[in-house]
Amino acid sequence: MTAETAEILSFEEAMEKFDPVLGFEVHVELNTRTKMFSSAPNAFGDTPNTNVTPVDLGLPGVLPVINRVAVESSIKIGLALNCKIAERCHFARKNYFYPDTPKNFQTSQYDEPIAYDGSIDIELADGTVFTIEIERAHMEEDAGKLTHMGGSTGRIQGAEFSLVDYNRAGVPLVEIVTKPIVGAGERAPELAKAYVAAIREIVKNLGVSDARMERGNVRCDANVSLKPKGQEKFGTRTETKNVNSLRAVEHAVRYEIQRHAAVLDAGGTITQETRHWHEDTRSTTAGRPKSDADDYRYFPEPDLVPVVTDDAWIEKLRSELPEPPAARRKRLQADWGYSDAEFRDVVNAGVMDSIEETVAAGVKPATARKWWMGEISRRAKVADLEPAELGVTPALIVELQGLIDSGKINDKLSREVLDGVLAGEGTPTEVVAQRGLEVVSDDGALLEAIDGALAAQPDVADKIRGGKLQAVGAIVGGVMKATRGQADAGRVRQLILERLGVEG
Amino acid sequence: MPEITREDVAHLARLAHIDMSAEELDRMAGELAVIVDSVKAVSEAAGDDVPATSHPIPLSNVYRDDVIGETLSNDEALSGAPDNADGRFKVPAILDEE
Repeated sequence: MTAETAEILSFEEAMEKFDPVLGFEVHVELNTRTKMFSSAPNAFGDTPNTNVTPVDLGLPGVLPVINRVAVESSIKIGLALNCKIAERCHFARKNYFYPDTPKNFQTSQYDEPIAYDGSIDIELADGTVFTIEIERAHMEEDAGKLTHMGGSTGRIQGAEFSLVDYNRAGVPLVEIVTKPIVGAGERAPELAKAYVAAIREIVKNLGVSDARMERGNVRCDANVSLKPKGQEKFGTRTETKNVNSLRAVEHAVRYEIQRHAAVLDAGGTITQETRHWHEDTRSTTAGRPKSDADDYRYFPEPDLVPVVTDDAWIEKLRSELPEPPAARRKRLQADWGYSDAEFRDVVNAGVMDSIEETVAAGVKPATARKWWMGEISRRAKVADLEPAELGVTPALIVELQGLIDSGKINDKLSREVLDGVLAGEGTPTEVVAQRGLEVVSDDGALLEAIDGALAAQPDVADKIRGGKLQAVGAIVGGVMKATRGQADAGRVRQLILERLGVEG
Repeated sequence: MPEITREDVAHLARLAHIDMSAEELDRMAGELAVIVDSVKAVSEAAGDDVPATSHPIPLSNVYRDDVIGETLSNDEALSGAPDNADGRFKVPAILDEE
């Protein structure tokens, strides 16, 4: 790979001189059981070229048949994006020659997408809302997977040959295309990330896609152009292909803005081309310029009959839509009484669902948040897992909190109990019994420890007698140490004051 | 009359990866012009009340249930391939999109 180091302008300077215009094409792989036009399994990670039928290999004489569930999933995506659903639409052949497509065409939609003219509101971290207009969402099929061999880096440059696996060929895709997004200004990179995150969340929430970006279930092509401040006419755009993580989307948009700005600022022109994103250098390199090859000679697919929708079908699908993620968040925050900052932290930590389940199991919202944002998140971080992957169930929290509320254990001991449970030692109650973690509630044993602590710190005892009640903490600390943390701090404090004859 | 030029045919041939001789290009340009004219005649005959159609059979909504069916084995899938390696089709490296 030849290193191409492009000049870039600082983001701040780019923003002073230019307004960015964005556009996104997001491909969503549907999680139907079978492919778009064949009954081969739609599955990830299987032995190459086993999830294939003659249809997927484009063998002569085969006929495709449309997967009903894939159409219904596509309509659901359209409805979730507030699109109009076409009363009638058809498939088209997009003709091109590349080994990822054995038929030499991709079955797609061209002039009649299943869904069009939608919009979604995207909320940025600080609460600013941008409305993004959706041009269309159309149905198509995924291509096979190529692995380039022989080159030193596994990239196409320098490769001697390529190996092709058609397991992915024919997997149902919905391509969501935005209208040009203007007016985002310096928020453009952030908006780009938030938009793709929102699409991922919507399709996952609908249950129509596994939505795992690391597996390519959601893939983004990001279009960027700049126009000088005050100019109406759009500039020439570039399309950065396959930006496949949320962070990369943000970085790629930012980088392209800075690169375009440097070219335009120096009096140059932008070439309309695809760009490749490189995660290692966080930069893009030139791909293919727009050329003859982009003339795909679309024509209606003669082997498939049109898709015709009616109100009854659409309304049935609409009634199956889950609550939209944004509306759900609003409802949960109100129900739980969390502040904006608290709720944002919960969402960012990925524990909203866990808290919802925990609250449903009968735990107070504030308590559920304390557990998930505190001890559980901390342990998840150490284990390098998502909090929800740690194996903590709502029932476990109910039991643990119950032990605290009844005074059997205190907060400090509860952490040790949680450790024991996660280490597989049994239920919280069993761990308490096995590890002997119950708080010392026998006043006699506590008084013995208190007398010891008072004797060890006579000056502190005098201060307390003299009315300096905040000094009690030091004695409580001594008692906790003596009982290895197994004392109820409130009870200890009360006993100390009684012992010294001081009014609490 | 819409002119189909020799250049148009050469362009289409290139897109379709069809190798055509100079003589074939000339002949095809003439033949395609006749076809385009014929299509135009149909367009003129159809009034505004005739909807565009993308399919000759008046059928719609032919679907299949989302149920897994028979698949080819890896050997069967590769049986017609000119070359294969590692259970996959082996093709020359073609410089295009990654």
